[in-house]
Amino acid sequence: MIITEFLERLFSGQKTDSRGQVKQRLKFILAHDRAALTPKMLEDMRNEILAVVSKYVELDEDGLDVTLESDNRMTALIANLPIRKVRNPVTEEEPSAVVEAIIE
Amino acid sequence: MSRTIVVTSGKGGVGKTTSTANLGMALARLGRKVVLVDADFGLRNLDLLLGLENRVVYTALEVIARECKLDQALVKDKRQPNLSLLAAPQTRNKTAITAAHMKALVEVLSRHFDYVLVDCPAGIETGFQNAIAGAKEAIIVTTPEISAVRDADRVIGLLEANRIKDIKLILNRLRPAMVKNNDMMSVEDVLEILSVKLIGVIPEDEQVIVSTNKGEPLVLAEKLSLAGEAYDNTAKRLDGIEVEFMDFTAANNSIFARFGRWLRGNP
Repeated sequence: MIITEFLERLFSGQKTDSRGQVKQRLKFILAHDRAALTPKMLEDMRNEILAVVSKYVELDEDGLDVTLESDNRMTALIANLPIRKVRNPVTEEEPSAVVEAIIE
Repeated sequence: MSRTIVVTSGKGGVGKTTSTANLGMALARLGRKVVLVDADFGLRNLDLLLGLENRVVYTALEVIARECKLDQALVKDKRQPNLSLLAAPQTRNKTAITAAHMKALVEVLSRHFDYVLVDCPAGIETGFQNAIAGAKEAIIVTTPEISAVRDADRVIGLLEANRIKDIKLILNRLRPAMVKNNDMMSVEDVLEILSVKLIGVIPEDEQVIVSTNKGEPLVLAEKLSLAGEAYDNTAKRLDGIEVEFMDFTAANNSIFARFGRWLRGNP
């Protein structure tokens, strides 16, 4: 199920007939209409999500994709965040150690 | 048990009034007592599609202002006595009418008729709010076009927010040949996007314009056009009769398709 959906998403960009195009455009615009999120709110949310995730993993900036999708009158936030590498736990501790030192 | 149904769409020009006129006439022909209420105050059109424009004396405005009795304002159709029309005022002074007025009006009508169909104005402003005030059910009319579907989705959201949960869809002006060429959304495409119950599919049909010219709803024709038959079927479904959806695909009537069906034993 997930695989077919993934394949669909992968190939949906290749739909060139106007019927496929209008469906894609509608799904996109309706997801935004239904969520009633302003582009500013969506952008802020995206940045905050990225900041949180980036604490643990290094993301591939070029492959990032955060969008809204709608299905069966339910709207979902779909985030595709390709991971370049997991951050080393040791390097994670270093800054916090520094912070602690400053606070003390 | 009387049913009060608002016919709405958000976008203008998708066939709300044509649908109201044809559904009303078809339901009346099924033996139901039907009243059509034109809620498009200031831009009335329903009387024209029904060919009743010369018989409108009083409108909903006079009824609300208590300048006439309700039955004085109801125009009874001579071709089909089960059908009545309550016309909208053609004046600009429409601010005097509130949602409470409309709710009371529809309530009184529902005591005397099996069906109260309210023809909603385009848009989602005061006129829309007034039109939906007394309705328990809704029929959304849309066409397989991006702007019409988007507006339909918006209206569905607003109806649900106003506690109208029973929402059915009429997909109007479908062009099967274009769908076949992948140049128009199919019935399934639109249903997938809007996720509401389908009650009718009306194909694009030149006869709609002819019937409008004459002021005779399609369902009155002796030999029904494709759109006329589709409206007739839609009315039956609305009334609880199970009717199969028509297959408009041109290929379906080609000689090969017929031969195929003949081979399978169902011509």
